[in-house]
Amino acid sequence: MTRADRRPREVPTASRAGPRFTEKLAQAHLWVAVLAFGIASAMALMQALSRASLDLPWRTAGMYYLSVTAHGVLMALVFTTFFIMAFGYVVVSRTLSREPAPRVLAWTGYWLALTGTLATTGTILSGKASVLYTFYPPLMAHPLFYIGLALVVVGSWCWSAVMLLSYRAWRRANPDAPTPLAMHGMIATVIVWLIATVGVAAEDLIQLIPWSLGLVPTIDPVLARMLFWYFGHPLVYFWLLPAYVIWYTLLPRVAGGKLFSDPLARLVFVLFILLSAPVGFHHQFMDPGVSAGWKMVHTFLTFAILFPSFITAFTVTASMEVGGRAKGATGLFDWIAKLPWRDPLFSSIALSMILFAIGGIGGAINASFGMNAVVHNTAFIQGHFHLTVGSAVALTFMGAAYYLLPRLSGRELELGLLARVQPYLWFVGMMLFSISNHMTGLMGMPRRIYDASYGGSAAAAAWRGLTGISAVGGVFLFVSAGFFMLVMIGTALAGRRREPEPILWAEPLSPEITRRTVFDRYALWTAIAILLVIVAYAYPLWAHLRMARFGSPGFSPF
Amino acid sequence: MNVSFYEKLWMWASGALIIAFVTTILVGLAGSALQPPSHVETIDPTKVWSDGRFQHRGATLTPDGATVVIIAMMFAYQPAEIHVAAGKPVTFRLTSADVTHGFSIVGTNGNTMVVPGYISQFTTVFHTPGEYLVVCNEYCGLSHHLMSAKLIVEGAQP
Ligand code: HEM
Ligand SMILES: [Cu+2]
Ligand SMILES: [Cu+2]
Repeated sequence: MTRADRRPREVPTASRAGPRFTEKLAQAHLWVAVLAFGIASAMALMQALSRASLDLPWRTAGMYYLSVTAHGVLMALVFTTFFIMAFGYVVVSRTLSREPAPRVLAWTGYWLALTGTLATTGTILSGKASVLYTFYPPLMAHPLFYIGLALVVVGSWCWSAVMLLSYRAWRRANPDAPTPLAMHGMIATVIVWLIATVGVAAEDLIQLIPWSLGLVPTIDPVLARMLFWYFGHPLVYFWLLPAYVIWYTLLPRVAGGKLFSDPLARLVFVLFILLSAPVGFHHQFMDPGVSAGWKMVHTFLTFAILFPSFITAFTVTASMEVGGRAKGATGLFDWIAKLPWRDPLFSSIALSMILFAIGGIGGAINASFGMNAVVHNTAFIQGHFHLTVGSAVALTFMGAAYYLLPRLSGRELELGLLARVQPYLWFVGMMLFSISNHMTGLMGMPRRIYDASYGGSAAAAAWRGLTGISAVGGVFLFVSAGFFMLVMIGTALAGRRREPEPILWAEPLSPEITRRTVFDRYALWTAIAILLVIVAYAYPLWAHLRMARFGSPGFSPF
Repeated sequence: MNVSFYEKLWMWASGALIIAFVTTILVGLAGSALQPPSHVETIDPTKVWSDGRFQHRGATLTPDGATVVIIAMMFAYQPAEIHVAAGKPVTFRLTSADVTHGFSIVGTNGNTMVVPGYISQFTTVFHTPGEYLVVCNEYCGLSHHLMSAKLIVEGAQP
């Protein structure tokens, strides 16, 4: 048995006397995530249908762009962030055997982020902020939109501080123990997030808020894009790393096996700390105002960051194979059939990995600037990120929610049949949705458009059948999301009460690491990461600020 | 570190694949100077209509091809119809009079962001004559999906 799954006495569990602190805190976060996901999924259905030019009664351009803004913000920023915060607290309590502290800071973070979410979402729904979740100036939203976002970020910083302080308290008591693997991954997540959010905080506080309040008349849109994408790419790893933590530390056990390699998993998270940030220009290949040489530097670093994901694909698949073989498989592939395909956590992760593999190929295309010119800002991108964040991350989180909610709430999962089919519906829907969008993208259809008919142009007519397939995929996805919501709400309201099962972390196959290693030297890794950021950004940023530039006034054409 | 044989094999293979990816880019860079698209030039976005560089909009013939000057605005391109010759290099120069727009020539790799305060420039060759749809591919407001133009490539054979 490993250190992590030998449950020490003080591990908090939900008792009949009522939820303990961690359970309450994590569930409060989880429900914000789940509700944001539910609302955003309903909007997504309408978007997918609208793109197929179906004549629906409520269909207007204003409604469409409002909806895409809300969908993007609620999915990419709210659902993900709140789920990750919930999961982080669970990892602290279940691997460090102590409750997250300080408690006041944890709740402060929650209320700040929730207030910010409500402010931003309310502003979007009132029609004053249809600027999409990338909010590129000089499109100008109501100031409350930007202020709400700032509050979400500050709330997440409180969470980050609680995570690190809890770790430090544990480390003081356990100076020589290795960080439990799940906690190691979450610390990497926190570090990536802290480095990343400097960019969006600077954009928001220095540029957007003063400008939207009318305190400064103009804004530099390229500087804003540089700061946004400095944040925007590591944001992707902020979403992905907790999913990897789930793949490495929960999946092997559910699959009946063991983690194939503990030290390599640790290396993977360290590589993400180092390489997540200095790659943002690969989102600005088609931008004026950024020099070719620096775009090139970021391209090479982008390819380097494929490496830890390749290792993950191997280690996680090998761990599943160990599970299949433990159940008696002997042939080359028959271990696959032995895996627990009816377990929703397992099937969610396995299917999300397949979707992620396709998404990864698309990602390598996007990162190659020559090919990127063909697909930039087309529906290809929309197809791509629904495989990555919309599946690898979101489907993993849904599977994890089925696993975690009963263990936090002390209620059995309700509507288990729906939970069992839901991942498969998502997979089918996502294949239809994303493959059709990749194809229309290659044919030149832009993303983020309310209607794709372009006045009956012949080029646009060729997209028609495929937008229909995308809409069918959207319907599958919506039904899948609906099943997920029913299971969550059903469990909370009607699930049978019982003593919650423990969370069982994966055991490593080879002898585990027993002493603290260099992988746990987080200050060192953070320092190197900051150094790489300085190498990749200091000169281009300085050169940009020195150049004669002209600001732009704001526009709100929505 | 205790790493299994298959895992080592896989790590080397992954490394090799990444090096292969990077090599294709380097070969493109060395062989055909295939750089990331880029142009650094600024302009006052509130004065684009009077700026000398954007006075003569549309196509101008040059000895070795043509230069096309375009202003993007909500929700149209000025001019909305462009004629160029097939088989000759065409240099596009664009800027925006208001928000950020895109400029994407459907069916080609002619594609750029058009950001206010900056001038986008790229050069390309159209080999196939015909009529091309140009679309704005960056969200720019309520009628973003209507923002388009026509590019007509003229040449001997259809
Ligand atoms: C219920 C299933 C889903 C459906 C049917 C769906 C569909 C769509 C559609 C049709 C768009 C609009 C694309 C456009 O006009 O360019 C969109 C945008 C987007 N979706 Fe989803 N989506 C779903 C789930 C998700 C999930 C789970 C995530 C991430 C966690 C996600 C993240 C995004 C983002 C970030 C955008 C971009 C918005 C923008 O371009 O500003 N979606 N989605
Ligand atoms: Cu990226
Ligand atoms: Cu547009």
